[in-house]
Amino acid sequence: MDQVPVIEVKAVHKSFKTVHAVKGIDLRIFKGQFVALLGPNGAGKTTLVEMIEGIQKPDQGEIHIMGKKWRGNEDELHQIIGISLQETRYIDKLTVWETLKLFSSFFNLEKDRVNEIIDITGLEEKRKSYIVNLSGGQRQRLAMGISLLNSPKILLLDEPTTGLDPNARREIWSILLKLKQQSETSLILTTHYMEEAEQLCNHIIIIDQGEILKEGTLEQLLDESQDKKIVEFTLEESQFSADLLMTPSAFHIHWDPVNKKGSLEINQLETDLPEFFKFLNQRNLQLKNLEFRKRTLDDLFTQLTGRHLHE
Amino acid sequence: MNKFIRQNQLYQLILARVKETIREPGVIFWGMIFPMLMSLGLGIAFMNKTDIFRKVAVITDNGVRTSNPDTNLTLESFFSKKAAQVGLTGDGFTSFRYTIKDDKLGNSTFLFQKMSWDKAMVLLKRGSLSIILNEKNGRIEYHFDPMNPDAQLTYLKLSRIFGGNGVPVGENHENIQPLTVSGTRYIDFLIPGLIAMGVMMSTMWGISYDIIEKRSKKLLRRMVATPMKKSHFLIALMTVRLVMNFVEGALLFIFASLVFGITIQGNLAALFMLFIAGNMVFAGMAIFISSHTSNTEVGNGFINAVVMPMMVLSGIFFSYHNFPDWSLYFIKPLPLTMLADGLRSIFIEGAGFAEITIPSLILAATGILFFATGLRIFKWH
Repeated sequence: MDQVPVIEVKAVHKSFKTVHAVKGIDLRIFKGQFVALLGPNGAGKTTLVEMIEGIQKPDQGEIHIMGKKWRGNEDELHQIIGISLQETRYIDKLTVWETLKLFSSFFNLEKDRVNEIIDITGLEEKRKSYIVNLSGGQRQRLAMGISLLNSPKILLLDEPTTGLDPNARREIWSILLKLKQQSETSLILTTHYMEEAEQLCNHIIIIDQGEILKEGTLEQLLDESQDKKIVEFTLEESQFSADLLMTPSAFHIHWDPVNKKGSLEINQLETDLPEFFKFLNQRNLQLKNLEFRKRTLDDLFTQLTGRHLHE
Repeated sequence: MNKFIRQNQLYQLILARVKETIREPGVIFWGMIFPMLMSLGLGIAFMNKTDIFRKVAVITDNGVRTSNPDTNLTLESFFSKKAAQVGLTGDGFTSFRYTIKDDKLGNSTFLFQKMSWDKAMVLLKRGSLSIILNEKNGRIEYHFDPMNPDAQLTYLKLSRIFGGNGVPVGENHENIQPLTVSGTRYIDFLIPGLIAMGVMMSTMWGISYDIIEKRSKKLLRRMVATPMKKSHFLIALMTVRLVMNFVEGALLFIFASLVFGITIQGNLAALFMLFIAGNMVFAGMAIFISSHTSNTEVGNGFINAVVMPMMVLSGIFFSYHNFPDWSLYFIKPLPLTMLADGLRSIFIEGAGFAEITIPSLILAATGILFFATGLRIFKWH
């Protein structure tokens, strides 16, 4: 890793009329690093990314891209950054090729690069289709292609797969994973899908209500509680009473009233699990289903905030 | 060199804008075909001599006093001798029809309907008749609103009919020469106005709406997050609009010259200069009103607020000289008025640079002022 961070964000604040969207965030991102900003809707991810993109100005704090501030360096920085905004709609009645050609002209690129991008994004068949006739996944791949046109040193993607079906999402991921192997580009990606952060990024920043809650590699984030396992269970419907679960006990049970599903963390299967059965027995509750799984980022988020990423 | 041009962003922006514009079928219809249809409709409607048909109320005092046929002597004898009784019309009045034949100015037909004063006032207020006749002691009284030119015309015609002892006077038009020479017809007045209006409408909608839409689609902020020059974006937008306006105006002119024999009597170079200036003023205004909003409905409102008053006031369809004198101070400096008047003076009066330079400069300067102000407050993000 280079010593000089590619992106450096220092104590940045940003408020809108009624919301304090970003409350003092610090970031350092190095060459080739893939960073996820993981958080629920309204966490301040987009505001933060748009400040890094130079679209919004921070109220306080500083942002340096390759050691340079936005002010006065716009032309230079625009050359090395690729972005994909949330919900950009390109010109309906231009074809894929024409749209890429238009954007490539802004960077003074040859048409070979346009062909390369069509190849990378797998849009060969759609080369002559109007944008208006593309599916959501194809549009998003085009947006990604446009952001990659100038072979950017820094790529900023704001929720690149939101609203896409799993297949379309995986196609986007595979484009990004190829890019990661070349380790020339630094990426910041905002998402509220933990799988996306886990799959793509080597550094994950969990952000909520304008603040960084925790950051690190996936292992670092989940290791702290490596011994912990997650138990999820459902109960026989007739016996259900949420109050019984909430009575004080050694277990901290999270009850999801919509899916009628409970979950808890236990440290030692051998000792804690019998205790949990005893706990249910005492309350005359019968298990319908019970399963173990590994801890996820969503569990960590729930532990930190009491909410789920998707709530 | 060729390759350089192909990569050039201004060229690509213009190309994209052209494609985007011509691939929208509505553009062809509203920009090119609709104005032709409008000129055709209006041109034909106002070219044929118009037959006049007017309803006239004749008061019969069937209320307070018993009707005395003697009091309506002149009218009654006219009805019995000259007019044709129609019988009860749909309205339930005894009616008589009288027509003055006229080949040059069109026929005038009057439908006299007998009714009470009260009923006549109601119909007058509704606008279904404009004049009321009441005969007292052999003299016919004409009741009408002196501010209503149509009522005045009806009065003049009727007073000629009843002028001498109730004997209608035959129409004699030997000294009337209808003006149908090219340059003096309504269509000659209309076409330059339609071209001016086309420039205004196409520019305001084409540029403003496009900017607002691209802003609301977040495409504008995506584009300026590249090394694209903002000026190139706007220049491309305005250039394409100018060319489209030229094509639209030229097509309308060609159409009108084929169908109605319209000609341009003045200086073509001066016409071109004025046309460019007209495009500048509306392009500037379009950039100005679209500088901030990203809501297309708000944008609609802004555009209409600018366009509608000028459409009504600037004398596109009918001369603004019918408006009160004081209002002309506001109407004459309107950009659309200046452009339409200027185009008309070149088309009809044979004007050249001498007459056109000052209005052109004013229009161009106004456009630049709006453009510069708009650019200062322009919201790219």
